This record gives sequence, C-alpha cells and structure tokens, in this order.
Amino acid sequence: MKRTEANPMTDLTSQTSQPDAERTPTRTDPDPALIADDLSVYYGEEQALGGVSMEIPERRVTAIIGPSGCGKSTFLRSINRMNDRVPGCRVTGRLDFHGKNVYDANVDPVALRRRIGQVFQAPNPFPKSIYDNVAYGLRVQGRDDEVDMDAEVERALRGSALWEEVEGQLDASGLELSGGQQQRLCIARAIAPDPEVLLMDEPTSALDPVAEAKIEDLITELAEEYTVVIVTHNMQQAARISDQTAVFLTGGELVEIDDTDRVFSNPADQRVEDYITGKFG
Amino acid sequence: MSGDSKAGFIGDEKLSADRRIDRWIRRVFFGCAALTIVTTVAIFLVLFDNAANYFFGARITELLAGATLDRQVSFTEFFTGTRWAPSHAYPSHGVLQIVWGTTVITVGAAFISIPVGTATALYLAEYADPSTRNRLKPILELLAGIPTIVYGFFAVSFVTPVFVDGIATYIVRPIGRAVHWIGTALPSTVGVAGSEVAIGATLIGAGEAMMAQYVGRYSMLAGIIVVGIMTIPMVSSISEDAMQAVPDDLRDGAYALGATKMDVSLGIVIPAAASGILASYVLAVSRAIGETMAVTLAAGFNANITFNPFEEIMTMTAYMVSMARGEAAVGTVEYQSLFAVGLVLFLLTLLMNVVNDLLKRRFQEAYR
Amino acid sequence: MSVDVINRVLDRSESRSHEDARNRIFRWLLFGASVLGLVVLTLLIADVLWSAYHGLVTFDIDVRQFLTATSSSRPGRAGFAANILASVLLIAMTAVLAFFLAVGCAIYLTEYAADGRLTRLIEANLANLAGVPSIVYGLLVLALIVNDAGLGSVILAGAIALALLIVPIIIVASIEAIRAVPDGVRDGAYAMGSTRWQTIRHVVLPQAMPGIMTGTILALARAIGETAPLIMVGTLFHATRYPVTTDPASWLYAPFADFSAMPTQIYTWTFLAQREFDALAALGIVVLLSVLVLLYAVAGVIRRRYETDGGQSHD
Repeated sequence: MKRTEANPMTDLTSQTSQPDAERTPTRTDPDPALIADDLSVYYGEEQALGGVSMEIPERRVTAIIGPSGCGKSTFLRSINRMNDRVPGCRVTGRLDFHGKNVYDANVDPVALRRRIGQVFQAPNPFPKSIYDNVAYGLRVQGRDDEVDMDAEVERALRGSALWEEVEGQLDASGLELSGGQQQRLCIARAIAPDPEVLLMDEPTSALDPVAEAKIEDLITELAEEYTVVIVTHNMQQAARISDQTAVFLTGGELVEIDDTDRVFSNPADQRVEDYITGKFG
Repeated sequence: MSGDSKAGFIGDEKLSADRRIDRWIRRVFFGCAALTIVTTVAIFLVLFDNAANYFFGARITELLAGATLDRQVSFTEFFTGTRWAPSHAYPSHGVLQIVWGTTVITVGAAFISIPVGTATALYLAEYADPSTRNRLKPILELLAGIPTIVYGFFAVSFVTPVFVDGIATYIVRPIGRAVHWIGTALPSTVGVAGSEVAIGATLIGAGEAMMAQYVGRYSMLAGIIVVGIMTIPMVSSISEDAMQAVPDDLRDGAYALGATKMDVSLGIVIPAAASGILASYVLAVSRAIGETMAVTLAAGFNANITFNPFEEIMTMTAYMVSMARGEAAVGTVEYQSLFAVGLVLFLLTLLMNVVNDLLKRRFQEAYR
Repeated sequence: MSVDVINRVLDRSESRSHEDARNRIFRWLLFGASVLGLVVLTLLIADVLWSAYHGLVTFDIDVRQFLTATSSSRPGRAGFAANILASVLLIAMTAVLAFFLAVGCAIYLTEYAADGRLTRLIEANLANLAGVPSIVYGLLVLALIVNDAGLGSVILAGAIALALLIVPIIIVASIEAIRAVPDGVRDGAYAMGSTRWQTIRHVVLPQAMPGIMTGTILALARAIGETAPLIMVGTLFHATRYPVTTDPASWLYAPFADFSAMPTQIYTWTFLAQREFDALAALGIVVLLSVLVLLYAVAGVIRRRYETDGGQSHD
C-alpha cells in the first residue's frame, strides 16, 4: 500500500482485483457509472472510510447521508481523488469509473477530475467575472478554441438556472452574487466542461431556504444528463431529490444502500431506522 | 458525452503538455528556493575564502590546490593587538579597536532603545486607547522606514552640533569648571586614616579633563544616540506583539485580586512575555551591530579604544565604508581586511539571529 | 463584613492616594517614552527641511539646476539628476531580479513543497538571511560579481546586492499573501481538473497579487534608501555623468554603467563637511523622502483597495 500523493506515476493501490466480467450488477437498469469495491481511506493512522462497496447508477441522483464524521465527504472526495491533496491520506480497495480503477497507476487525477465535476459545501467562485468562472474548465482543458465559448457559457448558466439573473452582467465579478447565486454559478462552472458525474458536498448547507429549494429543483433536472452524487446531512433533502440513498454511520461504514423510498420507509438495518427517526447521531 | 472517450481519464496529449509545464515550473520555483540557500552558502564561502587570504596569503581554494602558506596577519595580532591601521605605512591589525567601537555603540544604543522601546510597547499594549494606538504605531513604522543615511545626516547636522555639543558646552564644561574650582579651594592632599589621599589634585585633574571636552564633527555619543533611536521601533513593535499575545485570563486573574494596572503590567504582562521581549532586544542589538551609514556619519573614522563619549570612534562597519571608499586594490592586505572584518561582523550577527530565533520559538511554544 | 469595612476598602482618599500617584507617574513615563518617536521624527524632518531651506536661501542653490544637472566637486554646480536616474535604473533592475526570485520561492514553499526537512531548512535560512547586515550583501557582491566575475562597479552589481537584500522580505510578504487565499477556492480549481500550475496561475496568484505587490513595493522602498551595500560594491564619488544618454542604444548598456545612486551621493555630500554640500545633501534627502512617501502611498492604496473590495464575497 502506498500513499496516494498527487504524482500520477505512483503505483497507487494494492488491489484485490477481480476481472470486470465477473461482476454481476445487482441492479440491471441503468448501468452503474461508478463501482466502489472494498474502498477504504485512511488519514494517517485513522480510518475514515471502512471498506465501502457500492454502485452508483448512471443519470440518477444518489444521496449519501449520515451523521457528521461518518466519512460521507471522504467517500465523495475519493471518487475524484481530491483526497490526494490531503497529506498522509492513503486509499485501498478499488473504485471503478467505467470499468477502470481510478486508483490505477496510469490514471491521472487531473484528467479524472476533468470528467467528474464537484460542487462544494461553501460556494467558492473564483475571483473572476461570471463569464470567466464558467469558461474556466474549458479553458484549463485547452478546449477554448474548439468550442463556441459564448454558447457554452450560456448553456451552462441556463443549465444551472442562473442565466436569467446574470444575463446582462456576465462581466461582473462572481463574488458580487448572492450566496445562492454563487452556488449556482459553481454548478454552472462544474457542468460547463460537460462532465459525466457531478459530486455535490452538502451544496445547500450554507444557503437560505429559498436558494436551497432552487438548487434542489436544479439537481433533479441535472440528473437527466449527469450522474449526481450528493452528500447531505439533511434527510428530507435526500428523500426529496434522490433515487438511491446510501447511509454511512460512524467509522466510515456503509450500513445500507437501496432505493430512496425503501431506505426511508422500510430500512433493513435497525441502526438506520434509529438514525432516520432521530434516535441516533 | 461520446462513448469512446469514456476511459479517457488516463490523460491526453494536451494534459501531458500541461503536466510537462507543471513539472518545469516546479523545477524553476525549486531553483528559486534553492537560491536562497545558495546565497547563505555563498556569504560563508566568500567571507571565509577572502579572510583566509588575509591571514594566510592564499584563498582556501588556492590552499587546497597546494599553494604555500604565507602568513600575512597572525591571529594573535588580529585578536589581541590594540591598534587597527591596515593601510598605514606601518600597518597594524588589532581588530579589537574597531570591535570596541562597535561594542560601545551597540551597548550604549541598547541603553536607549531597550527602556524607551519597552516602555512604548507597554504603553501601546496595556494603556493606550485604540485611537492613540492607531496614531502612534504608524509614527514608529515611519521611524523604522527612514533610510539610515538620513539618520546619518541628522547626526551630522543636528545631533552632534546641537545636542552633543550642547551637553559638552552647557553641562560637562561648566561642571568641569566647578570641579576645578573646588579642587583649587581644597588642599592638594589630605591625610585620611594614615594615608595620603590626593583630593584637591584629583579634582583639579578631573575638572581640567572635563573642561577640555570639545566636540568635533563626530562623536561616540552621537553614534549611540542615533543608533539607539533607530532601534527603538524594533524593540517596541516586537515587544508589543509579545505583550498582546499574553492571554487576558492572566490579566483578569490579577485585576480580580485588586491589582493596579501598573502591578499587572510589571508583574504579569512583562514576565509572561519575557522571552518575546528578550527576542526583540537581541534583534535590536543585532541591527545595531550591523548598522552602517548612520553610525559612520555620527561616530566617525578614528579607531580608538576609549570611554570618552565626546571622542571620535570607529566601528567595524565604518572601517568597511572607509576602506571601500578608498582605493584599496584587489589582492592587497587592506582589501582582504574588509573580508576579515566582514566575517567577524557576520558571525556576530549570526549568533544574535540564532539566539533571537531560540527566544522566539520559546515564546511561541508558550503562547501559540 | 460590616458596611464600615467595605467603605474603608472602597475609600480611595487615604491609603490609595500614594498608590494612585505611583500609577499616574508610571503611566506618564510610558506615555513620554512612546511620544519620543514622534518628537524625534518631527526634529528629523524639521532639521532636513531647515537645512534644505537654508541652502536655498544662503547658498542660492537653484532648484531647477539641482534637479537637472549632474553632481560636481564644486557645490555651486552640483545637481542630483544623474543620481535620480541611476536610482530609477537600479530599482527597476532590483525589482525584476528580486520579484521573480522571491515569488518563485514563495510559491514553491506554499504550493509545491511538502512539509519536509528541506522546506524547514529553507524557511529557517530565510529568517537568518533577513538578519544579515546589508553591508555583508555588498561585500558578497564586491567579491563575487565585481571582482571575481569582473563585472566592475556597475548598476547591475548594485542591483544584485539590493535584490539579495530584499528577497527575504518579499518572500515573507508573498508567503503571507498566498496563505491568505482560502483553500476552498484552491479545491474548486483542482476539482475542475486544473494542474497545480494552472491553479496557481489562474486562481491563487490573482488573489494573492495585491499582498505580494504591497510587500514588493515596501521592500523596494527599503532598497532605494540603502547605502552601505552600494558603497561596498563601489559607487562614483560624484555622479558627474549620466548612466545613460538620450541615445536609445545606450539604454542597452545601462546595467554596465558606473553610477552613484541617490543615497550614495547624499553620503558623499554629507561626508564632505562643507556647509554648502550639507545643504545639497538635505535637498537630496527631500527628494529621496518624497520618493519614499510616494511608494508608501502606492502600497497603501493597493492595500486599502483590496482590503475593502476584493477577496471575500459580500452577501
């Protein structure tokens, strides 16, 4: 087992590798976009994620819920290898993205992140104009001369339901927007390069209820095109917007994963029932 | 999303180009960081190398290549001689004379900067209301930002002719006259407890010495005053930071016992911030040792081991200035003496910096 | 406890008055010490202005000649123009040399380096370099650049000495500015698939730049008044000729021109112990301090603008 530093050339993991053909997806429809297999994450000596195995279906919303410190954000950050940035972070097991383990030695985390967008808990627009924020991804990927940038910016801003509000002020700083608008700008920024997966880490926790409702509607729409994985501490939110819900409990353990309706109406695990009904966490 | 690009997160040509740029930039920036180390190493090497030439007649590099040792200046002469005149027709290399100049000015300046700086820090940290603080602090920053050459001019055009000369003219010489007069009024010697004590003669001598104090263009006292003033902001700003870092609980505990502000300042804040305050003193001393232009223009160019504050005196830095201004040809002993003196200066300040660092770290361990 | 006892304790008139006096005296002592700085600053500025005014009136110095002529061993003819020009060239070269070196080092230490032994060594070494007397940098350049490399006492040699002197200052300011950039924004850039350099260039540096610029300008303000390293490098006694001429080609050779900057000329004039030269020195100081005030003002404007306006969101 080696440390997963940012160096793409490092041999990243020891793998309990099985041929992909042997996998029998538990859910036939739709295809899984991501498959975690015994994925563990350690920060130094401390285990933050304990052997998680789950599938994330394509073009659906998968919600990850659980009490604070249960490793749900860690799981999210291990999908696009943002954990590589944490000193002393170590990953074992595998995480397949279209059948390819993202922790394979020949995977470049930068290339991976160009296909998996992320939206953070606190809105973090760059100190640039609205236009430049949205165009950022295409520009760093060097795709600015192959696309019609104006059209792409408009498409992304429409996609994040922000276009109407900022149409006339694309040159204004992204920092001049309200908190809710900033978060939708960050969503526009994430979807502009057309990723396949969108990771959202409690994207509404810093927002007021009105902004929160807008973003929730938006997530449902985004799922028509993108695979969405959303971490939330808000169970109502998970119930409202997700198709599938995974429940993590303390120690980074995945306790239950199933259709959202079933998890909330009839959980298989007693601890999950306790958590959902408020007896836990 | 096209299906065939789905496994494309291994990286494409464009990304590997970006990666290459990234690696090159990293190397360049590492080079920048390494250059700071190279600077330090270069300072050491250059000073030792040229100082070796001064002592042994050959550079270290030349000695390693097998050059014969040709003792020019012996360590005994350098460290114990008491006359410093490398460019004199009869040269002499006793560095003590200019080390004395640096020492006496540094110590004298510390007698100004330490009390004034500490008092200023205490006032700013414990007494001043925010508006006074906001007015006083920029003034101290300005004082620290004025070029040393300006302080040199200030010494020549004000401190010496007005202040130091004033002390000599209106205090020292009149007192000397008084002492002399008393001496003449008393018997030359008095028998006390069986032995002769030369009271009158001593007083006359002291009085004459004081009456002879006239101030030229340069004086030790002017150097002490100017360097002292220049180092006040160093003491005050770092000491104030240290005092501000003392937790309020400590103060509250004392106030709750009925202590006055003065009790708290002297009994709680200063002891608690002691290592931080000491660090500021060490830094101020280090700056005073390395101070060049102001001290050169204030204290002068006459190497001289003296306690008389009205006499001209030369520091190590002043010697370096005068030597660099003269036409010391490369390779001469005078030229090499620059580096021997520079090495002594560098090692002294290095020692101060290490002590300062230790004190700072100790303070940070206590409060952060 | 009876009311009497409490009253006696609270009554400050008797036993406490002595304590109060001590406290008052102590407070006034501290106050006196802290206004000493103001007194000295006032005296110093008054002294410079008085000497300059005295020169204009008594020695009939022509301000226009002072600002347009080169220096001379005859005070009646001496001007400051060649020194001003040399200082401008010197500081421009210093800025170029120091800025990229310092910012590169700061970026390496904050964004690239792992927190290893080498990093700690570099950081400790920076603290040490900041404490090295400026005259030692002059000595280093004198031996290595002026003599061993044979460059001679030229503007470039002076600029190298000043750059080495201010690099640690700019590095410390830059590290502070870069560390102040919120990590969330960095995460955002990395999550968008930026390489490290793309993140630094597009996101970190634009936000840290005001702080880096402020630090750089303040460091240059220090450099422009530095005298000792230049004297070690070797400057002209009197700047009797310009480092460059009106011929554009001469600007190419500007780094290799002999020179005396503003502070070194002021030193010569002060050193010469003639009243007329003292007056010239005072006028030179007025020019030098005006440049400093200008630099401080620019740094202040940058700092204020970005402190109130940029960086954080306001919702």
